[in-house]
Amino acid sequence: MEKFETLQGIAAPMPLVNIDTDMIIPKIFLKTIKRSGLGVNLFDEMRYDRQGNEIADFVLNKPQYRDAQILVAGDNFGCGSSREHAPWAIADFGIKCVISTSFADIFFNNCFKNGILPIVFPQDVVDVLMKDAEKGSNARMTVDLENQVVTTSDGQEFAFEVDAFKKHCLMNGLDDIGLTMEHVSAIDAFEAKSNAERPWL
Amino acid sequence: MSPKTLYDKIWDAHVVQQSEDGTCLLYIDRHLVHEVTSPQAFEGLRMAGRKVRAPEKTIAVPDHNVPTTLDRADPATMTEDSRIQVAALDKNAKEFGINYYPVSDVRQGIVHIVGPEQGWTLPGMTVVCGDSHTATHGAFGALAHGIGTSEVEHVLATQTLIQKKSKNMKVEITGKLMPGVTAKDITLAVIGATGTAGGTGYVIEYCGEAIRDLSMEGRMTVCNMAIEGGARAGLIAPDQKTFDYVKGRPHAPKGADYDAAVEYWKTLFTDEGAHFDKVVTLKGEEIEPVVTWGTSPEDVLPISAVVPSPEDFKGGKVEAAKRAIEYMGLTSGQKLTDIKIDTVFIGSCTNGRIEDLRAAAEILKGKKVKDGMRAMVVPGSGLVRAQAEEEGIAQIFIDAGFEWRMAGCSMCLAMNPDQLAEGERCASTSNRNFEGRQGYKGRTHLVSPAMAAAAAITGKLTDVREMM
Repeated sequence: MEKFETLQGIAAPMPLVNIDTDMIIPKIFLKTIKRSGLGVNLFDEMRYDRQGNEIADFVLNKPQYRDAQILVAGDNFGCGSSREHAPWAIADFGIKCVISTSFADIFFNNCFKNGILPIVFPQDVVDVLMKDAEKGSNARMTVDLENQVVTTSDGQEFAFEVDAFKKHCLMNGLDDIGLTMEHVSAIDAFEAKSNAERPWL
Repeated sequence: MSPKTLYDKIWDAHVVQQSEDGTCLLYIDRHLVHEVTSPQAFEGLRMAGRKVRAPEKTIAVPDHNVPTTLDRADPATMTEDSRIQVAALDKNAKEFGINYYPVSDVRQGIVHIVGPEQGWTLPGMTVVCGDSHTATHGAFGALAHGIGTSEVEHVLATQTLIQKKSKNMKVEITGKLMPGVTAKDITLAVIGATGTAGGTGYVIEYCGEAIRDLSMEGRMTVCNMAIEGGARAGLIAPDQKTFDYVKGRPHAPKGADYDAAVEYWKTLFTDEGAHFDKVVTLKGEEIEPVVTWGTSPEDVLPISAVVPSPEDFKGGKVEAAKRAIEYMGLTSGQKLTDIKIDTVFIGSCTNGRIEDLRAAAEILKGKKVKDGMRAMVVPGSGLVRAQAEEEGIAQIFIDAGFEWRMAGCSMCLAMNPDQLAEGERCASTSNRNFEGRQGYKGRTHLVSPAMAAAAAITGKLTDVREMM
């Protein structure tokens, strides 16, 4: 996994609440057996018409947001299905950080496995960041994971919380499976004990 | 010892290791797998030269992509990409030696229906699947939740997950349900009350008289939609109904093992005085048959209500409601019972079990589907289908004008040929009414099986109580 380093980039505003995983990546794109190449279909039904032409007023089609690396979104982002295709599509598009007042649980976890940092802020902070994002490509937002601070284009700073273990993995691009494999003897011991106590399993 | 919730007990029994910051390695007893969220995980194993750690605890079944028409053995009924995905599962199941129910097997069906039906799901277990509706298995008092593909790979390789514990939430449904009100109405009413993010960060335990009174099928319907309320999982404490349901199923414990298991399962309840971080209580008597009007499962109203106005809401929901009303092609103030329906879909992991089909058949008996309406019923598994045929329910559906289909996820998510056309409106027993969920620009109203049957007869959203 790619390491998450300090990010300075364009933030795209998507104030809609309850942006679900069917909106992020419609199911017709789940038939792939690969992880890559989904960025072109990110937000497909909002981004293109039925003939495949871009819908001009969709935020990521606007010239100033085509290279967005940060998404500022409404409440409960990523609700719905467990499809990891959602963060795959977001990452493949080039977005590395999503900011909202809340995220759906599975989506939130999936982000960290794919080098994406989801940040939760209270509504008043998201409102400020949304306004900043609305300024377009001249306004660069900065996300400093190490110091856990987001800085707006005009220098306002907001500290955020992040799980220490998840931060460590993200900053070092660590693979969870490799880390867990180091504890294989603990898993063996647990399994032996569990099999003895609950032989019906 | 301080009193524990049911969630606390199951969690504690599965912690392999805990770090100082509370991050745990949690042991997984059952891993269910389907064709859509697993190919990249198996590929990851292959590339790293890893094996499936516990193939005997891993169960795979194709469900999302598979056609539900009678001729589905013909490969031409599937698009090429669907065929490749199902073929990949066939190959992975064989290569890694996991339990497998191929499309040709009568036991094939929706993964969350097959698991309990075959006795793979047992009380007190941890159950995961690369599918958000894994919450279904919580009906047995199993800690069950959806995971992403990276986590699928992690469980395949290590039989564990890296997790932090969620908070405890209690949802109590007191008293009795009124006639015509079902498990589906309970679960939708709860989401209507808490919102789709109301459960975020929590594991919900459903309790109260109305929950205890539900059959295992009904309890699965309730837990199935815990995820729609944002919760990681839903749980219901096991009781005699649970033990009876499990007994004799192919992979359930037998003989002395069963007796020992029941003794353990009887310890799986929330202790008196255990702490819940959030409590929601609804009165069973006050729950009406409900429908969704919008594009989020929280857009729930009693069937007797009217389409709301965006001004009825606050904050970001005003814009979302405006968008939803427009997408759904509705008018604020319009009576819900005046909304005309083109299609009725009965099925899915929410409502594709035998009891659901019985409830719909009860309403349909001796009646006909309204002219011009498309109506389909898709049993949740090949065994549900066989049982419905044996009970004569299948014939009631066929006589009424329903298509009687083979098992699969079907129109719940339309990854297969069963889809809504643009603008088509569906009364659906599934779990999500998101934009485009059942087909591009398709419009979904979530309802119970009985309400879906009533809508099929009248051609519009209908209060099933008027037909009883």
